[in-house]
Amino acid sequence: MMAKKDTLQRDPDGKLRHFLTVEGLDRAFLELIMDTADSFASVTEQTVKKVPLLRGKTIVNLFFETSTRTRTTFELAAKRLSADVLNVNIATSATTKGESLLDTIRNIEAMHVDMFVVRHAQSGAAHFIARHVAPHISVINAGDGRHAHPTQAMLDVYTIRKHKGDFHHLKVAIVGDILHSRVARSEIEALKTLGAKEIRVVGPRTLIPADIQSLGVSVFHDLTEGLQGVDVVIMLRLQRERMNGAFIPSEHEYYASFGLTETRLEKAAPDVMVMHPGPINRGVEIDSKVADGERSVILQQVSHGIAIRMAVMSMAMHHEGVGGAA
Amino acid sequence: MTEKLQIRGGRVMDPAQGVDEVTDLFIADGVVQALGKAPDGFTPDLLLEAKGCVVTPGFVDLSARLREPGLEHKATIRSESMAAVAGGITTLVIPPDTLPVVDTPAVVQWIFDRAKAQGFVRLHPVGALTRGLKGQDLSEMSALKAAGCRAVSNAHHPVANTLVLRRSLEYAASHDLLVIVRPEDPDLKDGGCAHEGPVSARMGLKGIPYAAETVAVAQVLALIEQTGARVHFAQISSARAMRSIWRAQEKGFKVTADVAIHQLHLTEEALEGFDAAFHLSPPLRTKEDLEALRVAVKEGVIGSVCSDHQPHEPDAKLDAFPATEPGMAGLETLLPLTLALVREGVMTLPRAIQSLTQSPAEVLGLSAGTLAPGSLADITIFDPLGEWILQDSTWRSLGGNTPYWGKTLKGRVTKTLLEGRVVFDLNFGEAI
Repeated sequence: MMAKKDTLQRDPDGKLRHFLTVEGLDRAFLELIMDTADSFASVTEQTVKKVPLLRGKTIVNLFFETSTRTRTTFELAAKRLSADVLNVNIATSATTKGESLLDTIRNIEAMHVDMFVVRHAQSGAAHFIARHVAPHISVINAGDGRHAHPTQAMLDVYTIRKHKGDFHHLKVAIVGDILHSRVARSEIEALKTLGAKEIRVVGPRTLIPADIQSLGVSVFHDLTEGLQGVDVVIMLRLQRERMNGAFIPSEHEYYASFGLTETRLEKAAPDVMVMHPGPINRGVEIDSKVADGERSVILQQVSHGIAIRMAVMSMAMHHEGVGGAA
Repeated sequence: MTEKLQIRGGRVMDPAQGVDEVTDLFIADGVVQALGKAPDGFTPDLLLEAKGCVVTPGFVDLSARLREPGLEHKATIRSESMAAVAGGITTLVIPPDTLPVVDTPAVVQWIFDRAKAQGFVRLHPVGALTRGLKGQDLSEMSALKAAGCRAVSNAHHPVANTLVLRRSLEYAASHDLLVIVRPEDPDLKDGGCAHEGPVSARMGLKGIPYAAETVAVAQVLALIEQTGARVHFAQISSARAMRSIWRAQEKGFKVTADVAIHQLHLTEEALEGFDAAFHLSPPLRTKEDLEALRVAVKEGVIGSVCSDHQPHEPDAKLDAFPATEPGMAGLETLLPLTLALVREGVMTLPRAIQSLTQSPAEVLGLSAGTLAPGSLADITIFDPLGEWILQDSTWRSLGGNTPYWGKTLKGRVTKTLLEGRVVFDLNFGEAI
């Protein structure tokens, strides 16, 4: 009746065709992505920062929403794989002229491209595009609405793995605007699949989706309680427009309740890691002392983003996966 | 035209009369003459064999959008009338959200004229409750009634201002007009596109909470108590709202309700994979809601089952899920999906037929929905075991937006009659 996510993003042999969501991918597959990223990490440290894996391929960064970090790291990752990269910023382009999403895709497809890296404000946009592109084109989801941001989640768990090794003993708290966060949803799926001991979401009720417990997380509305004994804290960005939608009264009050300070962090495990997908709002969700402090791995996340994106792009382009000849 | 008609050997089922027996039906001059025994001197000009089939009053659908006037790129009165009779539906109640809105007698008359010109289905346009459906000024309800409207509604445009809602209910009551309410608090809906629950939480779809429906029902019930308005709640989607209506009925409120047939078959789980065919308004809810709504139909708390037919052009569904237009085309799946409930043991066949005939006719006070002698001979004959595949060659609606595409369905209309005239014949297509 309908294409299940997993048959859409993996072919019948389990090989990656598109990378749309972490959901439905098993643990071995997520580890393969991270192992592949490991193998690319050294490329970045060479004098000639390139490998010829995607030479002759054309990758289009199709961004219907503005982005700096994600777009540039995708671009860098593609260039290090020797692909040709085209950046199309639709937020200021065709759709504002009334072109439909499908027409935009068809037009760029006609330029004989091999991969779309898509960011879109609507949940499900990457699935929609994957379902309608020509069979040889791979789609990588760079964030769709509130739904998923799978490469961000992968670079986050990759960063955690680098520091902690194994996931089974880890308690992870994700703090802030869970409701609007595609990052949180993908992180929850990735951490769950990798076997994290406990996943907590922390925030005011207005920013926690109804029935989020069904995803296997525990919910806290008090930051101090939520941080008790955690090994990893992932802070989410609070978007300023949330003040207008009656989600929270003010930045000031939000910081007083949910801002991550050194004092609050003392409740966490002594070797806690502090993460943030960026861009950070200093003094809104996180104190500068914490963001720049020794427990923060925020800038490492950015570097790891390149290796993870190289891994995912090369795997999708070469239809790689667990359990068969790649 | 045939004057005298005999429908022979079918299982005649007319819940309004408590009839369920294999017998003959005699029709003359478009009117049912007798059941069982031929009237004296009756010699049929045409004999219709109905052996193995069920013969019922033509179905009355309380909510079907035909998209004309104004949205002919989606569907037309002609195309959807053909779909309706192919689905056994002879009376269509059509919401006022056309372009222009049905808020003047001219539009009402235009729709009646159009229906008459096509001549094979009965249309009942519902007038707008407020002018332009804007929720600010009352429509000219007296004029709409004089033009032939039996009910008024604001359709999918809930009246946000409670004072305007109160006054429009009062005004409708003073003209003895039924008010059809699709209960949904617009602020609580807040642009949502899926039931607020585990599935929307996981998929990152903006949720429509139960409260959007329950708050609206509670608000209207409180206003009915003050105004004495006659209200019909349309397309109930949640168990909670249904229970509020049930309690109100037990307290003696004259409120009725209907449910879209797909709400009795599908749940939020269907949204998995972002298939826009399942983007519906009201949204698909949970298994518990589905079960409770099924019981409510069985017990008659929800008297009527409707198609909630909303045909769309293909482009309307070709976008990211939240950006697509909600709704499915349902005229031709109404019967097979209702019969599926009978096969699943949810309700008896007579009750199922009642929910498609007598109950919706009573909501609007129509004379349709029965085969009692003297009634207009709007009749549906269907083969309850007839299987068909939903595909281009069997589908008549211009709206291809159905999640049942390619599926095999059970229950097939063989003939539909309007005032004794065969307007659909499976063997010949429409006999127009």
